[in-house]
Amino acid sequence: MLLITCPHCGPRDEVEFRYGGQAGVASPADPEALDDATWARYVFFRDNPKGPFAERWVHAAGCRRWFDAVRDTVTNQFLDPEPRR
Amino acid sequence: MSGTRAPSDGRIDRNRPLSFTFDGRAMTGFAGDTLASALMANGVDVIGRGIYTGRPRGIVAAGVEEPNAIVQVERADGVSEPSLRATTVELEEGLRVQSLAGRGRLESPGDAVDAGRFDARYAHCDVLVVGGGPAGLAAALAAGRSGARTILVDADTELGGTLLGTRDELDREPALDWVRAAAGELAALPETTILLRATAIAYHDHQDILVAERRPDARTEGRLWHIRAGQVVLATGAHERLIVFADNDRPGIMLASAALTYLHRYGVVPGQRAVIYTTNDSTRTAAAELTEAGIEIVDVVDSRDGRAVSGSEGGDRLEAVVVDGERRGCDLLLVSGGWNPVVHLFSQSRGSLRWDDGLATYLPERAVQATHVAGSANGVFDLDGCLREGAAVGARAAAEAGFGDGRPPVMPAADGGTAIGRVAPIWFVPAPEGETAEARMFVDLERDATVADIRRATGAGLASIEHIKRYTTIGTAGDQGKTSGVVASAVAAALLGQEPGALGVPTFRAPYVPISFAFIAGRDRGALSDPIRTTSIQPWHVAHGAVFEDVGQWKRPRFFPRAGESMDAAVLRECAAARTSVGVMDASTLGKIDLQGPDAGDFLDRVYTNGFAKLKVGSCRYGVMCRVDGMVFDDGVTSRLADDRFHMTTTTGNAAPVLDHLEEWLQTEWPELRVRATSVTEQWATVAVVGPRSRDVLAVLAPELDVSADGFPFMTWRESVVAGLPARVFRISFSGELAYEINVSTWHGLAMWEEVMAAGERFGITPYGTEAMHVLRAEKGYPIIGQETDGTVTPQDLGMEWVVSKTKPFIGSRSHRRAENRRPDRKQLVALLPLNPDALIPEGNQLVAAGTDLGSRPVPMIGHVTSSYRSAFLGRTFALALVRGGRERHGEAIVAPLADGTTIEAWITDPVVVDPDNARRDG
Amino acid sequence: MAATPSPHLPDHPAHLWRNPDPKPAYDVVIVGGGGHGLATAYYLAKNHGITNVAVLERGWLAGGNMARNTAIIRSNYLWDESAAIYEHSLKLWEELPAELDYDILFSQRGVMNLAHSLGDVRAGQRRVSANRLNGLDGEWLEPDDIARICPIVNLSSDVRYPVLGATFQPRGGIAKHDHVAWAYARAADALGVDLIQGCEVTGIDVADGRAVGVQTSRGPISAGRVAIVAAGHASLVAAMAGVALPLQSHPLQALVSELLEPIHPTVVMSNAVHVYVSQAHKGELVMGAGIDSYNSYAQRGSFHVIEHQLAAALELFPIFARAHVLRTWAGIVDVAPDASPIIGPTPVDELFVNCGWGTGGFKATPASGWVMAATLATGEPQELARPYALERFTTGALIDEHGAAGVAH
Repeated sequence: MLLITCPHCGPRDEVEFRYGGQAGVASPADPEALDDATWARYVFFRDNPKGPFAERWVHAAGCRRWFDAVRDTVTNQFLDPEPRR
Repeated sequence: MSGTRAPSDGRIDRNRPLSFTFDGRAMTGFAGDTLASALMANGVDVIGRGIYTGRPRGIVAAGVEEPNAIVQVERADGVSEPSLRATTVELEEGLRVQSLAGRGRLESPGDAVDAGRFDARYAHCDVLVVGGGPAGLAAALAAGRSGARTILVDADTELGGTLLGTRDELDREPALDWVRAAAGELAALPETTILLRATAIAYHDHQDILVAERRPDARTEGRLWHIRAGQVVLATGAHERLIVFADNDRPGIMLASAALTYLHRYGVVPGQRAVIYTTNDSTRTAAAELTEAGIEIVDVVDSRDGRAVSGSEGGDRLEAVVVDGERRGCDLLLVSGGWNPVVHLFSQSRGSLRWDDGLATYLPERAVQATHVAGSANGVFDLDGCLREGAAVGARAAAEAGFGDGRPPVMPAADGGTAIGRVAPIWFVPAPEGETAEARMFVDLERDATVADIRRATGAGLASIEHIKRYTTIGTAGDQGKTSGVVASAVAAALLGQEPGALGVPTFRAPYVPISFAFIAGRDRGALSDPIRTTSIQPWHVAHGAVFEDVGQWKRPRFFPRAGESMDAAVLRECAAARTSVGVMDASTLGKIDLQGPDAGDFLDRVYTNGFAKLKVGSCRYGVMCRVDGMVFDDGVTSRLADDRFHMTTTTGNAAPVLDHLEEWLQTEWPELRVRATSVTEQWATVAVVGPRSRDVLAVLAPELDVSADGFPFMTWRESVVAGLPARVFRISFSGELAYEINVSTWHGLAMWEEVMAAGERFGITPYGTEAMHVLRAEKGYPIIGQETDGTVTPQDLGMEWVVSKTKPFIGSRSHRRAENRRPDRKQLVALLPLNPDALIPEGNQLVAAGTDLGSRPVPMIGHVTSSYRSAFLGRTFALALVRGGRERHGEAIVAPLADGTTIEAWITDPVVVDPDNARRDG
Repeated sequence: MAATPSPHLPDHPAHLWRNPDPKPAYDVVIVGGGGHGLATAYYLAKNHGITNVAVLERGWLAGGNMARNTAIIRSNYLWDESAAIYEHSLKLWEELPAELDYDILFSQRGVMNLAHSLGDVRAGQRRVSANRLNGLDGEWLEPDDIARICPIVNLSSDVRYPVLGATFQPRGGIAKHDHVAWAYARAADALGVDLIQGCEVTGIDVADGRAVGVQTSRGPISAGRVAIVAAGHASLVAAMAGVALPLQSHPLQALVSELLEPIHPTVVMSNAVHVYVSQAHKGELVMGAGIDSYNSYAQRGSFHVIEHQLAAALELFPIFARAHVLRTWAGIVDVAPDASPIIGPTPVDELFVNCGWGTGGFKATPASGWVMAATLATGEPQELARPYALERFTTGALIDEHGAAGVAH
């Protein structure tokens, strides 16, 4: 089981968290201005790198706060010592 | 000759005899025996049969690496466990042991469910030491003395490891005296824990180590420890290897170290006339020790002298071996083909391995996690070296965890110990008769796989060890290749003309030893397999004979049958009461979310398809939420409590996902919005009073509340005192009837329910369950999320354009404008009225256009039934369905072909089949 | 001795394949030597006479998800598009042992999918109704029927989530994964396809919007067409040509028990409690669970998934209590947003993908290879593959097997 450091609560077992996928994908400011392909990209396409991945977690069974972290998808090691809030 | 019990010696308690049976034969052993040592002492040679060859097989090893002595063990309490290694089973009174031919048996003790109880424990420590042999003890002493929280785990019943089976000395005293002193010191350290009978079975990412602790005398059979360790010291030892030659599987052929362990630890003399066949120095004192026990040493064959054993003779017991072409009579062949460090956990931790030519095996190379290796697991085979390395590694691990200065404590001196020197491996001994004998050269005894199998695999074009493993099945049995893996790799390499270390070994997979399903499942069985949620009104439901259904984790009353009443009859009765008089339902399971903050209205505008910002305080509104893909996610009524406060309801099953959804958007997309969302599902009990007489009931309970149609209009809510209890009353309806949902503190839920029942008695108030609720709402065409929807349905498909704003963006709004969402032939919600008003179309049934040829396949389907009921109000059956272009098909016929070959024909209508003008909701 | 020896596995052939060095150029280069890649190569050669084909495998043939899956075969999917391609696959399975002259231990012992809630029942009956009208052998089982087919399922009402019924496909079953892959590999090799192991693709050469070859750890290889059939690694390979795929790679764990005497006659899946189990030919119980939540290429999952899976298994099968976990492992599954595969052309000419099979790829192996071969042979999506175009994420015409169909396994 992964050990995930919640920036608010500290290191906790993975079962307290829910995964949120790629971090930093902003909802388009004006969806209506987008064509279908661009909209589809936002809805369905996410990076899937082998290696460092900036991703989101939510401490669902704890403080319920979302945060970003960088994890290597090969080693599962979290790379930034202090996950970003 | 077979094994016998020595007159003395060993660490068994000869004052505590234990009886057991083996294949029905009564036998006796002693406390401290393993099943294997007891069987050997009772003269049993053949403990199993080759899984495919049926050849007799005896005990080979004294530990977890045993490939042959695998048995079915029935305990005195009737629990029967398959496929146990006799070498790892502690003898206990009354065991009934059966030999197996490769496959175990699963048996239920009678009709009872096997309720074997296992616990899970969670622990954190600074230093975890795996293995309580000399290296592990030294490491634990070093770590423990530093003050680090230290856990020492060992699979055996006592500490000491290999020292338990040798006569080594330390500082010229028996090594076991030092072991005893070390164990005593560790036990006295306040921050140090020793777990015996505890096997580390897995080493996962993030220093997560699983330890299975057997507890034969405790209330639970075992505990699965999840240990999160700052630093890990692996002192897991090494397994001796067999040597492959023709007929190397005969009972009486065993690992040299195992024979000495049986002799010294268990006081069992494994045979009378022995040949020793070795490739290294680890056997150098064996001859003397065996001689002392009265065993005749016939020959010592050392591969380093260019000598070899090339065959064996005998039946169920070894009678002779062929040494350099000569027959040598013996009943025991002790082999040492070299040693395999136990690198399983190290490898599981993602540490890399390297081939070592001098030791002819794989050694730990580079750790990836905070992992240290000591002793023979690290290729150090002399006792002195193990102690020194253990102490050094233990001190280093502690220092890295922040304890001590990293300087190792002084260890006692060993007199040489059992160094193995250079290993001159012999991967398989060619037979005089050539390759035909290779089918009798066993590499994996448990899988009955031979050199011939490997030759066939390489001949077929396979060059990867993983392919060869799969082709031959070598290493896939219960021992997971502990004795065979390295040998198989080297044999394959030899056949491919490569160096022994060229192919590597197959991945070491967890668990290190087999572990029962029950051990892992722990307490999460039966009622504890998933939490059961009930409302505060549950005791009343149970007392009144409700039949429950599982809705998520909730138990909800499905209907309340009277004595002898069928479900159909009960539901018709419950529905009729709600439509003609008054019914009452426990709606407490609905998700409830308290939204507070000045931007709450704006926030709701973004998450619901319709607008909420302008909702008046005191009013309620139905809303639909979509996912970003535009599909319906949830629905419910949200009420404005104050300018900056809303009370949202969700479907029962989606309460948590909706809260997560709100939090995600609030926190990650719109952090500027000043809104807080809090689940209050558990805080409020909800009693829904439904039907034309519901106003009368409420009037009785809340005399000061104006319950008139004008004073308390539809889709508003009031704060009031109801039956003396503070309450929020919502005038909303999921049935189309006049209805009030009375919300009180969960503490008062049962009291309120009972007050409502009492107040409604004169009107014949009728409790109803989810089934009637479903019928009532379906009559009004109200969809149930997850029943009318399946993640592919939009609000428009449900005929709810009226709830979808055209003027404001909301989550998913853009998706509604995609090509697929604008197709006129999307599946749309309709009602179906079967031509035969008694015919009930099964829920889920597919639908085809009238006139469709049902004689050939595939039959084009145009929709399916989502809900189907008998309506008390209509006096007939009806259904809801999703039908392609359904809104344009009102008035058309449609056909439901049933599983039994018959069909039900129905008219398509508007989804609202009762009270389309909403005349009933004001009572 | 108490028991009879276990059945032998059938012997593998004495010759499987050549190990050729790569040629400088091929008509078709298939990136990925798993089951789907091997089947694609075989059908290219057999159905279309295209034999100047290379299958490039980074590691050892069929060593990825093919070697790691629980080998369940069924076709009883909900949507027409799914039923069509999986049923085509099942029909191919039924011919496969004879066609490839290889005993792949294909055993049509039936696949049962348990319902534990009224919602499960409704969804199951919906699927069975669709299956029957699509010409598949779908059946709905009441608890009594379940007891008849698989007596060890715990049908007591005392369990946390009682079994209310099940869908059943009698023609479903299991096969032996390695045998399947090796059968395809041997047949493709015999038809002239070059199976090249230890050959990692490091780049895709694109000229004027058209794929013309690949860079590999064993040198450049020109190609008339390039097919990416790389499962968990598909998005990485596609990215080499600048093509984005809507895939996320997750661990999917499985485990196996020791060999046991026959006790479990069919295949039982339970979506609601996340477990599926069969007893393989030799006697081991083979079990799978749900995917781990996070993206990973580690081929490792988290142990709580296994704990949950075994607790669920014991709820359903109390008699498994004393069976042992021998070995656990994980594959990397590439999951598309609608849990359906992506098959067909990409924005780069002559570059095709076949990926996104998620947790359900094994059963699709024959049809996947079949339709991919036809697609590669003609340059146009084969009829059964057409609904699975990448384009569907733009139009919204998804084939969502998450919802009512329930399982994606």
